[in-house]
Amino acid sequence: MSTVSTSSAADDQLRPPVPPSSVTLRINGEDRTLHIAPWTTLLDALREYAGLTGTKKGCDHGQCGSCTVLVDGKRINSCLTLAALQEGSDITTIEGLGQEGQLHPLQQAFLDHDAFQCGYCTPGQICSAQGLINEGKARTEDEIRELMSGNICRCGAYVGILNAVKEVVDAQQASRR
Amino acid sequence: MSTSSSNTNYVGKAPNRVEGPAKVTGAAKYSGEFEVPDLVYGVVVSSPIAKGKILKIHADKVLSLPGVLQVFSHENVPHQAWFDRNYKDDVAPGGSPFRPLHDDEVKFSQQPVALVVADTFEVARYAASILEIEYKEEKHETDIESQRDKGHAPSKGKSGYKPPSSRGNAAKAIEKAEHRIRHEYIHGTQHHNPMELYASTVHYHPDGKLTIYDKTQGVLNCQQYVTKVFGLSKDEARVINLYNGGAFGSGLRPQYELFLSVMAALELRRSVRVTLTRQQMFSIGHRPHTLQTLEMGTNPDGTLAGLKHYALHETSRFEEYTENVVNWSGMLYQCDNVQLGNQVAALDVYTPQDMRAPGAATGSFALEVAMDEMAYAAGLDPVDFRLRNYAETDQSEKLPFSSKRLRECYRQGAEKFGWDRRPLKPRSMREGNKLVGWGMAGGVWDAQMQKAAAKASITADGKLTVTSAAGENGTGTYTIMTQIAAETLGLPLEAVTFKLGDTDMPEAPVQGGSWTAASVGTAVQKACLAVADKLLKQAKKMDDSPLKGADLEDVEFVNGLIRLRKAPEQSVVLRDVLQVSGERQIEADSTAIPNLLNMARYSMHSHNAVFAEVQVDEELGTIHVTRVVNALAIGRVLNPKTARSQVLGSVVWGISMALMEETVTDHRFGRYMNHNLSEYHVPTNADIRDIDVIFVEEEDPYVNPLGVKGVGELGLLGVAAAINNAVFHATGKRVRDLPIYIDKLL
Ligand code: FES
Ligand code: FES
Repeated sequence: MSTVSTSSAADDQLRPPVPPSSVTLRINGEDRTLHIAPWTTLLDALREYAGLTGTKKGCDHGQCGSCTVLVDGKRINSCLTLAALQEGSDITTIEGLGQEGQLHPLQQAFLDHDAFQCGYCTPGQICSAQGLINEGKARTEDEIRELMSGNICRCGAYVGILNAVKEVVDAQQASRR
Repeated sequence: MSTSSSNTNYVGKAPNRVEGPAKVTGAAKYSGEFEVPDLVYGVVVSSPIAKGKILKIHADKVLSLPGVLQVFSHENVPHQAWFDRNYKDDVAPGGSPFRPLHDDEVKFSQQPVALVVADTFEVARYAASILEIEYKEEKHETDIESQRDKGHAPSKGKSGYKPPSSRGNAAKAIEKAEHRIRHEYIHGTQHHNPMELYASTVHYHPDGKLTIYDKTQGVLNCQQYVTKVFGLSKDEARVINLYNGGAFGSGLRPQYELFLSVMAALELRRSVRVTLTRQQMFSIGHRPHTLQTLEMGTNPDGTLAGLKHYALHETSRFEEYTENVVNWSGMLYQCDNVQLGNQVAALDVYTPQDMRAPGAATGSFALEVAMDEMAYAAGLDPVDFRLRNYAETDQSEKLPFSSKRLRECYRQGAEKFGWDRRPLKPRSMREGNKLVGWGMAGGVWDAQMQKAAAKASITADGKLTVTSAAGENGTGTYTIMTQIAAETLGLPLEAVTFKLGDTDMPEAPVQGGSWTAASVGTAVQKACLAVADKLLKQAKKMDDSPLKGADLEDVEFVNGLIRLRKAPEQSVVLRDVLQVSGERQIEADSTAIPNLLNMARYSMHSHNAVFAEVQVDEELGTIHVTRVVNALAIGRVLNPKTARSQVLGSVVWGISMALMEETVTDHRFGRYMNHNLSEYHVPTNADIRDIDVIFVEEEDPYVNPLGVKGVGELGLLGVAAAINNAVFHATGKRVRDLPIYIDKLL
């Protein structure tokens, strides 16, 4: 049978990794200086270097939404951007939205509607919902379903997620009136 | 428990999840998230070939990269334990368990062949990506279709496997029947794909002891594995899992990130974290690709004359994984002539693994679609047909049911759904340019209980802590155990803390089989009752105690009081008892075991009926599941909120199984081709519409002291079949291989 050889290391001289340097990120209103290599994703910077593990890794490929955070109010997949590119941006993670005892309205609504089971996709769902509210797009249930569809929940808590987001969207619309 | 109304009666109520605030704020720590000092990172390298030999691992080049600490492979990993039995975990099937990095042999595609460890994740990932490995490929076989005539009856199954039993003469009965059907039903491989990636953080303490945070459904199973494989004492390997980001069966057996991280930590004498990639999540076990044949015949009165159900599913070459695929067909309906057969065939794949309602999800899909086909052949309404064949007893076990309210599930489900407005004929309903179809199906699942233990301890300030080494993967364990404990001792929920997921705690079974509520719940109740007994003894010693002479049965613990059942105004304040006792805390351990006598006397099962509506765009072939009603009889419901969430999730799984989910193998390479979340399709929010959950009232005095049957697996049953049947009702086309892709309808 045939012989197979893997990896790209055909060139004899491997390029050594670029060494770490200091990157300052504004996370949840606080400046954090991290010692990271330039190829560190924002997701890994948060989880492994900034101690903010509320942001989750479900695929590392922009396919699941677990790593959703808000950058300048817009929701992004933090696994698809390098931390160094976010210097100067305003980054909000789940930890920045609210804490136990002081829950953000979306966190409270997720709790009340049991909009999760294992909780692993939940921080991403909540950040995504906040992003969607910031976008001001979602009004109807169908719009919310569609615009929340970048966040997979394998536990299948979609009914609860819809109801939780709807409740907060409705409340905000009512208070604007 | 207490009968009078009070606000510390929590069982059956729907408080929010007690661990919910930790989950919605990101404070809940999953296995790959624990911060330990001087942590290094391991990244797994997976085999690109399905079968063959590793000729050479060219580790030198990557070892020269700054930051790389070691490349572990069969070339340098010290030999661990020698015997298969050391690698056998509690739920391993028969055979010889896979040993990571054991030798040069490749047994399945994506087999872990090396672990690269570096001082940052980024360097480890880079080094793993460029590690050169030479393989010699051998001919593989990964297609179950090639084994149609080569299956064999499983010899040594895993625990829980029951060889199916036949009765009467099905062949003859079907031959003489008025109407007959015979069809083949297929579904491909499916992977659990919980959102959390398998990860292990091993904290290497200065004294060489390990604290292992591992993603698992059974910390004790993992501890047992680690101690046997690495020759450690229990004291040297504590395993912890506080939150599990979904599992669905994938965490029943220890996964290879556990072996690799522990091995690396012991070798390097450092703390190590290993997290699998999403691609690697397709190499840790799966629901096996299964071929089934169903044959049925009916008598002129619409009763079943005979039924034959045969299944063939894959296993690996090294372990004989088995599922109870066909057994359900011998018990869900009344039929005197039943022939069942279950076979497996070995392929060059990793060993399949229990995945939500293993066996039943597969078997009930085929049975319940076949029942629909049979109903149509006999010209009967599918609910009517099932009622004509309602099983009053379990004919396979020849036992009465401990309780069975399936008839009520049919009735309430049908009523809520509006089933009586359904025209029998396919293609008779439309909405706009869409065909509308209504289908139904049902399921049955074992109501099991396992041995479990718990410890309860109440302190002088009235705070109760209960512990058990159980698991929480989103099912609601923290919450329901807190409810049971609070109610048993009459305390507010806030005064109770339930802790789980630590091998230092009393023994609990792996978190599977839908038995946690029954098993751990009973243990928690027992431990709290033991504390109650001690408290009562103290209370009786108090001056002028109104409880003098009372036994535990004579009192109730409610609202922070111990009071006489017959004269509730006669009470003492629980906290006073604790103060006066002078004890800093009062505690008790307890072990709950299933009642073997009841188990021998009764067949214990949960049942459900599912009704589904689909809308099909005939020109595009798109299918939308617009409505699902799932009516379940699961004994007592401890928390309708968390129980409902389990059913909602199950329905999403059923929609997925019916329309989306399948791991596709390219058999030329013996490799899963869609091993990522953009090509392995699961539902997103936009795919899910209205889902109704009905819990039919059911009292079961025999199943276990709490009267609960579990719900995490049952809820999935019948869903895929109901959708399949609805698609037939809408279109007149029957698709017998899942998922129903668009092209199968066009
Ligand atoms: S981890 Fe970023 S999208 Fe999945
Ligand atoms: S809550 Fe488990 S994945 Fe969404």
